[in-house]
Amino acid sequence: MIRSFAEWFEQAESLEIGLAELVERREVRETGAAREVVRKRIEDALAVMRRAVEEGLQESGTSPSGLTGGRSGRLAADGPRLLGDDFTAMLARAIATLETNARMGLIMATPTAGAAGVVPAVLLTLAPVRGWSDDRLVDAMLVAGGTGIIIAERASIAGAGGGCQAETGSAAAMAAAAITWLEGGSPEQVATAVAFTIQSMLGLICDPVAGLVEIPCAYRNASAAVNAVAAAEMALAGLDFPIPVDQVVDVMGDVGRKMDVRFRETALGGLAATPAGQDIAARAGMTELVQLQRKGRTKGEDSARFGPS
Amino acid sequence: MTTLFDILGPRMVGPSSSHTAGACRLGYVVQAILGGMPDRALIGLHGSFAMTGEGHGTRIAITGGLLGHRPDDERLREAETEAAEKGLEVEFRSVDLGDDAHPNSATFDVTRGEERMRVTGCSIGGGQIRVQEIDGFEVDLSGSLPTIVVVADDVPGTVARITGRIAERGLNVATVRVDRTGRGERALMTIETDEDVPADVLEELVGQPWVHWIRNVHRLNA
Repeated sequence: MIRSFAEWFEQAESLEIGLAELVERREVRETGAAREVVRKRIEDALAVMRRAVEEGLQESGTSPSGLTGGRSGRLAADGPRLLGDDFTAMLARAIATLETNARMGLIMATPTAGAAGVVPAVLLTLAPVRGWSDDRLVDAMLVAGGTGIIIAERASIAGAGGGCQAETGSAAAMAAAAITWLEGGSPEQVATAVAFTIQSMLGLICDPVAGLVEIPCAYRNASAAVNAVAAAEMALAGLDFPIPVDQVVDVMGDVGRKMDVRFRETALGGLAATPAGQDIAARAGMTELVQLQRKGRTKGEDSARFGPS
Repeated sequence: MTTLFDILGPRMVGPSSSHTAGACRLGYVVQAILGGMPDRALIGLHGSFAMTGEGHGTRIAITGGLLGHRPDDERLREAETEAAEKGLEVEFRSVDLGDDAHPNSATFDVTRGEERMRVTGCSIGGGQIRVQEIDGFEVDLSGSLPTIVVVADDVPGTVARITGRIAERGLNVATVRVDRTGRGERALMTIETDEDVPADVLEELVGQPWVHWIRNVHRLNA
């Protein structure tokens, strides 16, 4: 059981093994599965991620709600205007997975369906650029997984638990840890990359329009991917963050617990409750939801009953 | 405890782990308890399931689960068409199960041939589910371990006889839960094991006069 980054790094150091290997050994020990089985499952996960991205980019039709679908392809086709090809491709890939998700396509909920675009967008964009083999990507996923486990244990990975910071924030932290480690970053640099990522996303609310995992989720996946790469770049350059990563994660958990329930996936606050958001919900036939939004209920016992996760 | 593949997954058809993957799992478990695909299913959707289920494909996912599909089966998308082809008649309505019910709850009134059954369950997040009631018996079934569901005469030694047969085969019993309608009447047992109970053990139990019916619910990985 890994409960903190400090513990993860200490155990890896005392056993003289890498961060990925520690997560792998823990999984083997706790589930009884063979090492090869664990790695094969991760390879399969990567294959599902690739396919979800490709489908999202290629499919031009919209989701049933019309809110997403075809946007990632449009962005990819339009090409870069401000930065390089890879930057635009990464944004498009993040959106593409969420578009596949909204069309009832197959995705890996890493760590959740609403944040499923971040890890694939970052890893699949950087792998060819940085020359990472699939085997190294499996190791990177183990580091991402270890990061996600600690965040889930100390804070939350669910929008209903801690807002969007807990979903796309956790996914971005996982991606940042993975790429920092793949680039040869030290455990301290991995920790710093996670801290940089989370500090930039603290307080982000979960306010899905019409209660659907589409808007703003798809675009937040894109910006979360950018945050992950920015954090890794700064950490790898040796920039430091003075608050230890475990304490940064605890802040995220604390902010999540104090977040009004309207901003935790209930679709009763934020963008979801705007006049435009209410119109979209009404058009989608969600009359009960719209009634509650119009009442502007704030009591937890009323609003906590609703919303996806 | 959070496992590695809770974080790197679940592998699922979108868009929502609770409203799609969890809904599908509920349907799947209901057909497993019934002993196969129902001919007819009347499903009551409560709370958030009723309110935002439409946009999350909740109805399609439940229908797919009742057809025996799992949450990562891409045939889910076409579940309504498949149900019509295979003769599964599905009807949905909104229900109010009260404030104490989980926001993502559903009731299933299903028939298969002569069999009728009523099951209540909920989707608790991350694709995980709980079945709470089967034909008025209180249960607590997650589907994350292989589970057998048995309705038997509530006479002394029943539980020991069943778990004894399982243990004799070297299988580890993880949990046993019993609920009964009244003393000396019928009891419903859910027995979770670490591995699937072999078919011949189930057949032997089915042959016992004190066993009314028995169902095998396979492990449902998220």
